[in-house]
Amino acid sequence: MTTSSVAAAGVSGRSHHSKRGALRAFVVKELHHILRDRQTLTILLLMPLVQVVLFGFALRSDVRDIRLAVVDPSPNHESIALRDRFNGTGRFRIVTTAPTVAAVEPLFRRGQADVALVFPPDFAEQRADSTPSQLMMLVDASDPNTGTTMQAYTRAVITAYENDQEPSRAIRIVPDVRMRFNPTLESVNLFVPGLIALVLTLVSALMTAISLSRENERGTLEILLVSPLKPAQIIVGKVLPYLGLAFANVITALLAAWLVFDVPFRGSLPLLLAESTIYSLVSLALGVLVASKTPSQRAAMLVALMATMLPNVLLSGMVFPISSMPAWLVPITYIVPARWFIVVARGIMLKGVGLEYLWRETLVLIGMTVFLLAAAVRSFKPRIG
Amino acid sequence: MRTLRFLLRKEFLQIVRDRLMLRLVFIVPIVQLLILSSAATFEVKRAQTYVVDNDHTESSRGLVNRLQASRRFVVVGASPSMDVANDALLSRKVSFVVGIPADFERDLVRTRAAHVQFVFNAEDGAAAGVTNSYASQIVSAYARELGVELQTEPTVGPALDLRTRGWYNAELDYKDYMVPGILVQLVTVVGTLMTAMNIVREKEIGTLDQLNVTPVPRSAFIAAKLIPLWCIALIELTLGLIVARLLFDVPMRGSIPLVFFAAAVFLLAALGIGLWISTVVETQQQAMFIAFFIMMIYILMSGLFTPIRSMPVWAQWLAQVNPVKHFISIMRAVLLKGATLTDIAPTLGALAGFGAVVLTLAVRQYSKRAG
Repeated sequence: MTTSSVAAAGVSGRSHHSKRGALRAFVVKELHHILRDRQTLTILLLMPLVQVVLFGFALRSDVRDIRLAVVDPSPNHESIALRDRFNGTGRFRIVTTAPTVAAVEPLFRRGQADVALVFPPDFAEQRADSTPSQLMMLVDASDPNTGTTMQAYTRAVITAYENDQEPSRAIRIVPDVRMRFNPTLESVNLFVPGLIALVLTLVSALMTAISLSRENERGTLEILLVSPLKPAQIIVGKVLPYLGLAFANVITALLAAWLVFDVPFRGSLPLLLAESTIYSLVSLALGVLVASKTPSQRAAMLVALMATMLPNVLLSGMVFPISSMPAWLVPITYIVPARWFIVVARGIMLKGVGLEYLWRETLVLIGMTVFLLAAAVRSFKPRIG
Repeated sequence: MRTLRFLLRKEFLQIVRDRLMLRLVFIVPIVQLLILSSAATFEVKRAQTYVVDNDHTESSRGLVNRLQASRRFVVVGASPSMDVANDALLSRKVSFVVGIPADFERDLVRTRAAHVQFVFNAEDGAAAGVTNSYASQIVSAYARELGVELQTEPTVGPALDLRTRGWYNAELDYKDYMVPGILVQLVTVVGTLMTAMNIVREKEIGTLDQLNVTPVPRSAFIAAKLIPLWCIALIELTLGLIVARLLFDVPMRGSIPLVFFAAAVFLLAALGIGLWISTVVETQQQAMFIAFFIMMIYILMSGLFTPIRSMPVWAQWLAQVNPVKHFISIMRAVLLKGATLTDIAPTLGALAGFGAVVLTLAVRQYSKRAG
């Protein structure tokens, strides 16, 4: 009895050992695959850099240059004084002066004017005998966000002009505004945490899904199946190299954000890296799941793209605030892992808080990891035939 | 011509036979359009608000009431301590704190001016800015109201009565603006990505070499590859426009044939990019990555999410060679503003020029590679 159990232990020990070696060989093979494909590797490593730079420099929503069309049926001293106010702000640029609204309308249709200011024909007389005169402001509101902002700027110029003419005796309540955690509302500060999520998803979910389904399509998965590797080990072997790549990407994005844009980092770096690892695992598990549920690379890619990329950008709070979404959509954002990760990343980077404020989000991410990994390992039962 | 017909038949059959892909290509974008269009808004409907009122007067309570009455602010907590408010801000329970100092009402009566504190969680940048403008509007309206109450002499109306009208989107509905843009994005994905993948797949499984040794001319092969995808993208646009019209009530003030004409021209560029990608890569994985990389830059720099004119000048120049940007601006101009062919002619011309150049280069590149 003792001898047989010892022998069994020896056998299992040996086979265990050889499987470990096989796993290592498998990881090395995967690494070769990744390193050999220079094109993809370059893109993968460059992507976070390009994204940070693009987001930082180009994606701004402030309105700086407003093209003003003046509709002035009978130009006079008063209306020209008000026009000069607009020219003097530096924010407005008068692109045309026309006698009728109909004359400026084509400019709006072609996107060559943003705001039209319409003076009444008897503006000078009204100002002279100080009867209230009606001004009309026409705003291109097709983009509601910009439209509202341009409206506010125009109103401010007119109010300032009015106050200069006759000092107001009105009551004023002055708000002292403080934008906590991002005083200048610098968009790059807000995008970098979301960007890390995006890059991690891309590398983790998309690459894993494609790489696995390629093995499936080419039939090399069947060869792996008859090898001594267990499904779980195949998954680990597939996932590990990409985890490393994802890690490198986080570091690049953070460095670029810090060096080029001076994005603040107020919290703990190890905590952010740990959270990034958890988030990568969620994405990797998603990738494995997608690969096992789809028949071809193309399908895997499309599903992975649809299931991860766009929700990640639009349902995660990265660009559009979740608090602005309709009520029925908010529960849907709960199943988007990036939503939780972005809260964590922004909390650490911008607010400098730790787990004491972020434990809930962290728990959700860990729960998702466990659930998705289990589902991925279960569903990953490659069959022959 | 006969060869082209047979090849087209083969391509269409291959596409129709792949039920899963067909479903993915048609259903997923529509679902996306539904969800994403609702998600893409900066409007803040109910800002979670915390009140720190140290004044406890009728005026200070009035201010809080006005905020609540606007229905844009929900007061979820109140205390006299800024520390508690700060904690609520840190834990994301509230996004906005109003602080009213102890001598708020006294200052109003004595000096006709008083300060209040607005603290925002600017972590959600855009939302903070929008909430701030709502709150400021409400506060200045309240100040005017108080002015009438506190003023002894009769009030005079404002000297300049400024009326505002928002053209093209009077209700400031964000969907009207986003849906046409998202449609463009979906058409781009199908046009570029599917083209690249479709050709590279033949390369990967070796059927491309087989085709190359047959007497099929390259031009016929390329045309047979591009025409079906061109059709699919246009069908998708049709579906998308129907959804936009029926579900989102997006206005369609311009001519729909004009939209399709612009789309047909735009797709030349989109397909051309896809074809070019397929010539420089070996595997579907690479194709996807390059396509994704290019599309990401195109979409981010297209004015879909942030206005082009807010970008720095170099980025605006870069945007000029972005077909997605041109098509989005055409879609928005025609659908929302009712722009006519003459209005969009310069943009359409740029798009056509771009499409012709890209397609020619891609076809030449393709011939060289395969030869």
